[in-house]
Amino acid sequence: MYSMLEATSLSISYDGNRIVKDVSLHVNEGEIVSIIGPNGSGKSTLLKGMSRLIPCESGRVCIAGQELSAMRSKQISQMMCILCQSNQTPADMTVEELVSYGRTPHKKWFERLTHEDHEIIDWAIEQTGMTSYRKRLVVSLSGGEAQRAWIAMALAQRPKVLLLDEPTTYLDIAHQLEVLELVRSLNKELGITVIMVLHDLNQASTYSDKICVIRSGVVELVGKPSEVLTHEMIRNVYGVEAEVEFTSNSTSPRIHPIRRAVANVG
Amino acid sequence: MLVHKKATRLTIGLTFVLLILAIIVSMGLGSVQFSPVEIIKALFGHGGEVSDTILWDIRIPRVMLAAVIGINLALSGAMLQAVMNNPLADPGLTGVSSGASVAVLFILLVVPQFSSFIPFAAIIGGGLSALMVYALAWKKRGISPIRVILAGVAVNSVFGGIIGLLSLLYSDKLPGALQWLNGSMSGKGMGDLRVMLPYSIIGWIVALFCIRQANILRLGEQVALNLGESLNRVRILLSFVAVYLAAVSVSMVGMIGFVGLVVPHMARMLVGSDYKHLIPMSIGLGALVLLVADTIGRTFFAPLDIPAGIVMAVVGGPYFLYLMRKGDV
Repeated sequence: MYSMLEATSLSISYDGNRIVKDVSLHVNEGEIVSIIGPNGSGKSTLLKGMSRLIPCESGRVCIAGQELSAMRSKQISQMMCILCQSNQTPADMTVEELVSYGRTPHKKWFERLTHEDHEIIDWAIEQTGMTSYRKRLVVSLSGGEAQRAWIAMALAQRPKVLLLDEPTTYLDIAHQLEVLELVRSLNKELGITVIMVLHDLNQASTYSDKICVIRSGVVELVGKPSEVLTHEMIRNVYGVEAEVEFTSNSTSPRIHPIRRAVANVG
Repeated sequence: MLVHKKATRLTIGLTFVLLILAIIVSMGLGSVQFSPVEIIKALFGHGGEVSDTILWDIRIPRVMLAAVIGINLALSGAMLQAVMNNPLADPGLTGVSSGASVAVLFILLVVPQFSSFIPFAAIIGGGLSALMVYALAWKKRGISPIRVILAGVAVNSVFGGIIGLLSLLYSDKLPGALQWLNGSMSGKGMGDLRVMLPYSIIGWIVALFCIRQANILRLGEQVALNLGESLNRVRILLSFVAVYLAAVSVSMVGMIGFVGLVVPHMARMLVGSDYKHLIPMSIGLGALVLLVADTIGRTFFAPLDIPAGIVMAVVGGPYFLYLMRKGDV
């Protein structure tokens, strides 16, 4: 097990406000790491900073031992893929066309898709269970199907690391689980390292090897779900009283929120 | 999908057939009329002396120039729409054309001894204007479609004012520049076409090489960045192609509005938003639209020669309003 993605002392500012403050995060190969925290705590900003979508003020990010700032953007794209929260698709783009854009980082300026590229596109569509949707327009799909189409595009990129910013937002509960199960199967079967921002503590608990808690741009805690998801953490970070239940033979605790904590907030 | 692709190719093919027919018909129309057979004969060097003179010295250069300028403006609009991710972007509305016009008019009226620099001045004027619109439309982390249009209005009115001022200050020299100012192709000859064609072809080739980049921009900034595109480099390249094509056109025939807006929009309705089809379709349709506009201008009110710019404004303005009403924008 070696280090796949390593962020060291990252600081990121927007419009003069420091959103992420001196954050370090270490992700091993093959892990699923969830970043959780209250709204506005800097989770998404951290994810975007780690994937060079937004510039970092200071600190560095390494992928498989190579520093991002020393790599060409295209090289990074061959190893890492980030899917953001809201994605726009042109009204007349089919699933297949969308997925084919995932091959972009592997192509030169004016190179056409080869037979091998088409095989990878087919494979990505199959892996995400989108075979029967491949000729459909992306805008005609339901939220969960569209999210799977985007994940198929991500797979066509053949990344080692997949970063997902709130992949279950706007989805109903069945589609939320569908997406998370897909993410887990891609992690188990293809060995893709996953870092995702999640809101639902129980989903983070179920689907992650490691959880990173962010509050006000600072890492509060990192560790296994059973170590991180405690009564105290939820009260301190979210200001919520919750019951934490450990079911037998499970390392993933269940969280039952009870009420907002009156004292100790902020 | 396969059927759909075939239909797309057929539509593009038909547009080019229609363009060739329009070229032949337009060459025959005018104070002296020619039949298609006479025109084809003349094109292959078997015309009589009269038809040769009229066709080769007047009609052919004029018709071809209209087609070439139409292509330039349509491609310029398509490129600007990709960069700004905004179906309303067009060299006229974004101020690129008026920026180029000010530069050209300045040379024509104030320092006519430098008229060989007109194309370069137009590119610089158009480029500065595009920069101003970008800067004005930029808010937080992106360019909003509405702000592009508002910035375009502001920049256009400033340049319009400068054009008015120059026209008043140098009114003695104005008549010579008036035809140009209205977007007219009247009196253009083979020499003008020979100047215009190589400039344009360079722009077309670069535009064809930008298809994939333009397509990726359709997916939004973050996806483009994720796919490893250097967003700023792509934006600068596409903007430069757009400014270049519009500016060289302005330097030759003045301001012709709406081609860059109307043509890519019609092309999108016919073949979809994939730039692989949109670029060839804009080429065929751009040539066709401006050729028809110019032919209407010079034949409907003959012997008056109405500049194509005026025809496009009269037809294009309402089309723009129609787009807004339909809510596509």
